[in-house]
Amino acid sequence: MNIYRFVIEFLQIAILLTIAPAFTGWVRMLKCWSQGRTSAGLFQPYRDIIKLFSKDVLLADNASWIFRFTPYLVFGTAVLAGGIIPMLSLELPIASAADVIVLVALFAIARFFTALAGMDIGTAFGGMGSSREMTIASLAEPAMLMAIFTVSLASKSTSLSQMVHVIYSGQTVIRPSLAFALFAFILIALAETGRIPVDNPATHLELTMIHEAMILEYSGRHLALIEWANMMKLFLFIMLGAATFAPWGIAQTGEPAAIFAAFLIMLVKLVIVGAVLVIIETGLAKMRIFRLTEFLGSAFLLATLGMLSYFILE
Amino acid sequence: MDLNIAAQLNSFLAAFVLLTAFGMLVQRRMYGLVHLFAWQGLFLSINTAIVGFEAGKHHLYISSLLTLTLKVILLPYILHVLIRRLKLHKEVEVVVNIPLTMLMGIALVIFSYYLMAPVSRLSTLVTRSTLAVALATVMIGLLMMITRRHAVTQIIGFLAMENGLFFAATSATYGMPLVVELGVALDILIAAFIFGIFFFHISTAFDSLDVEQMARLKEEE
Repeated sequence: MNIYRFVIEFLQIAILLTIAPAFTGWVRMLKCWSQGRTSAGLFQPYRDIIKLFSKDVLLADNASWIFRFTPYLVFGTAVLAGGIIPMLSLELPIASAADVIVLVALFAIARFFTALAGMDIGTAFGGMGSSREMTIASLAEPAMLMAIFTVSLASKSTSLSQMVHVIYSGQTVIRPSLAFALFAFILIALAETGRIPVDNPATHLELTMIHEAMILEYSGRHLALIEWANMMKLFLFIMLGAATFAPWGIAQTGEPAAIFAAFLIMLVKLVIVGAVLVIIETGLAKMRIFRLTEFLGSAFLLATLGMLSYFILE
Repeated sequence: MDLNIAAQLNSFLAAFVLLTAFGMLVQRRMYGLVHLFAWQGLFLSINTAIVGFEAGKHHLYISSLLTLTLKVILLPYILHVLIRRLKLHKEVEVVVNIPLTMLMGIALVIFSYYLMAPVSRLSTLVTRSTLAVALATVMIGLLMMITRRHAVTQIIGFLAMENGLFFAATSATYGMPLVVELGVALDILIAAFIFGIFFFHISTAFDSLDVEQMARLKEEE
């Protein structure tokens, strides 16, 4: 039985690695359709990654070990995070050792090293991107933790599996605190994954770049790893949101049939969330960077209100 | 409808009333403010109906309907007409430091919770937990009147404050007597007309509805 749980764990990571690019492809495809363009298809991200892997790596002369090490670290943290978030089953061996705070820290490590790598080469755009990214991070991370603490107040635990368990076992309760936390989480997820009101993932204009500016100097397999990790990050945030706010479908036992059902429900959730994401991205314009304090400030406000309403109203 | 679910819906709607209050605090555009005000009235009206159902007080249905016609339809309509007539619809107000205002709002929520905790411990009503939210809504309306400089936004802050008072009455004592509520509703309606007339006079006298302009009114020395 114990080995079987590890099999599920590996299955989950394999799904993360293979489906994340397809999800990005799905979002891009919907976006093309909504804007009246012809899309490159669901599998274009795979082709991009394969192409990048076959190219040579070009390193600047003054690149230090941080620059070379960062892509592997970013990729590794994304894979590890995939082992913590319950996507298919609650019985994950790694999940019992790591809770949501660890998850936030994992994303923070990846961001820290990306920012360092952006400054490592010494180009102007890298430093600019790093400074912007850290500005956003300093505002988004407290809000993220606040939103998660609000959810964990209701379930009295910071372990994701435990949170899902509580939502499953409890009777249907309409919780104002969870509604606030969900709103806050959506705003934070848009900021953390660099989607449109905060950052434009498809931009080619250096002056407006945030994330892309940091990784401007990367090429070849390094760039492939970072791009792939980025796709996984988007996927992971959606899975995190699904596990905390709409966990229905995640298997509680390790039976193969339940796992398969969980997989199908996960795909349905992804399709829906992708459509919602495209609606948000097409409907909104990118925000001025100085407006971001207000955007993330309201995320923090929502999360705090959620926590307060837990005490006041529940 | 189960009573337990009704109580939960009640606190859920209370949370949304608070959310719209915060939304008004940070909203810059005139039309956005009026829409948020209408939403707050809608949540308030549904909440009143639910409380009426829970408590079996039928006069609350009437005050819920009154809230719906007055605060969701009539007042926003009057404000809309005013904004259009006074050509304010493109105006974006400069608000003093939005994140700071939000933090002050949060502090007010904590303060009113602290203030209301002993009161709601004594109360036996189902709605006792929403009392703190009601007080917070009143205070945020007040904060909005203090931090804004535009006459129309100050009026909306005043109306939001009245919303909070109405909400407090509903959650503290299952609403005021119907006669009082009808009187208050009439007052609000008359006030809205008077505000309208005043706005026209202010804007013809000063070419603007910024209340800072009124500093010019003092006598020369």
